[in-house]
Amino acid sequence: MTMMNNEFGKIISLHEAVQFIEDGCSLMVGGFGGIGSPPSLIEAILNKEVKNITLICNDTGFPHIGVGRLVSSRRVKKAIVSHIGSNPVAGKLMHDGKLEVEFSPQGVLVERIRAGGVGLGGILVDIGVDNEWVTKGKQVIEVDGMRYLLELPLTADVSIVYAKKGDPFGNLIYDKSARNTNPSVAMAGHITIAEVEEIVPLGELNPEEIITPGIFINYIVQSEGVNWKWAWE
Amino acid sequence: MGLGVRERMVKRAAKELKSGMIVNLGIGIPSMVPDYLPTDVRVMFQAENGILGMGESSKKGEEDAHLCNAGGYPVTVIKGASYSDSATAFAMIRKGLIDVTMLGALQVSEKGDLANWMIPGRRVPGIGGAMELAQKAKKVIVVMNHVNKHGEPKIVKACTLPLTARKCVHLIITDMAVIEVTTEGLLLTEIMEPYDLNDVLQCTAAPLMISETLKRVP
Repeated sequence: MTMMNNEFGKIISLHEAVQFIEDGCSLMVGGFGGIGSPPSLIEAILNKEVKNITLICNDTGFPHIGVGRLVSSRRVKKAIVSHIGSNPVAGKLMHDGKLEVEFSPQGVLVERIRAGGVGLGGILVDIGVDNEWVTKGKQVIEVDGMRYLLELPLTADVSIVYAKKGDPFGNLIYDKSARNTNPSVAMAGHITIAEVEEIVPLGELNPEEIITPGIFINYIVQSEGVNWKWAWE
Repeated sequence: MGLGVRERMVKRAAKELKSGMIVNLGIGIPSMVPDYLPTDVRVMFQAENGILGMGESSKKGEEDAHLCNAGGYPVTVIKGASYSDSATAFAMIRKGLIDVTMLGALQVSEKGDLANWMIPGRRVPGIGGAMELAQKAKKVIVVMNHVNKHGEPKIVKACTLPLTARKCVHLIITDMAVIEVTTEGLLLTEIMEPYDLNDVLQCTAAPLMISETLKRVP
């Protein structure tokens, strides 16, 4: 890392960042099929041997990609996700009773995360309102003659996200489709750590183009880049 | 299934798309549709991971790991494309702004019920974004094999597998036939050669009405 003015004290090392992620914590991770998941933080969590994580993520990645690496190496006790279809290891662990999985429809999941991030007490959604696999245990609320499910917000002890550029205040921009769930996840952590490909000086990001205002970001770490092979490679 | 058979389904599916439509494609066979779209048809392909205006698959050597479709495969974007976060991508879907979605299926019922996410006790992959798409897209097109790998019909009177959404499917395109879901029931409109009417009837476990303009597709 080049010398960067750290006037907000948010720029920390990977080693310092991973101290916030402890056994039994809830961990929310940005990314979609591993794309946009923070590779260096995931590596650091693996190296620290954090256990019994409750993972909240769009999906369980692929066995060797993204949060799939945490699942494959048995660090996750419970996963709150929209699917595990791309990770057969997750399927086997769930089948063997070694991984608890809570499914939400994908758009509902990200909106629950967003709700947690923006301080809402819940959201009313008609997705799956007549589907027993979705309604189980949920309150039905009628508004103007329409039936909705009350879906509860999601927050986490720690959120980790992956951004293309970040400045010392934590303002972030993302990279193309690697943005995906990251802006919502960034808002929903009690502590949010952004892994950034390039840390740039304050003032370099155009305020019109900032996707995540730095107020949501507690810490920033320099990424060491993606260290897995993509499924298409 | 040979590439030829799959190509024919994909080409047939591509014919459903008209200029100006907003289209979301499921993973698997539907994701091949952009590669078979006639050049004079201009649609905006939407992907629920946050792309509106997806183009063809990336050429080998030109892949960008941060520009992928919802299945995780590298794609390109067209002029006028935009990126968004997933919440905004699902806002487009939930608000009913998707004209057409094409999805795979495990079972489709004669009423247009769709089951495409789970085989209890065997395969429980989770729903992904299919429930929002099936429930909210203006038109739902299922692109699938006519029978499953055990040779059992996937078009049935009533789904036995857990539903994705009720009464949502409008059109079924398979390796054997094209079938419309109407308020009166299933209407067979096209048969893919070399199959004949008997083959289609034998492989379908729901009553079929036969269109007066039934076509054979070479």
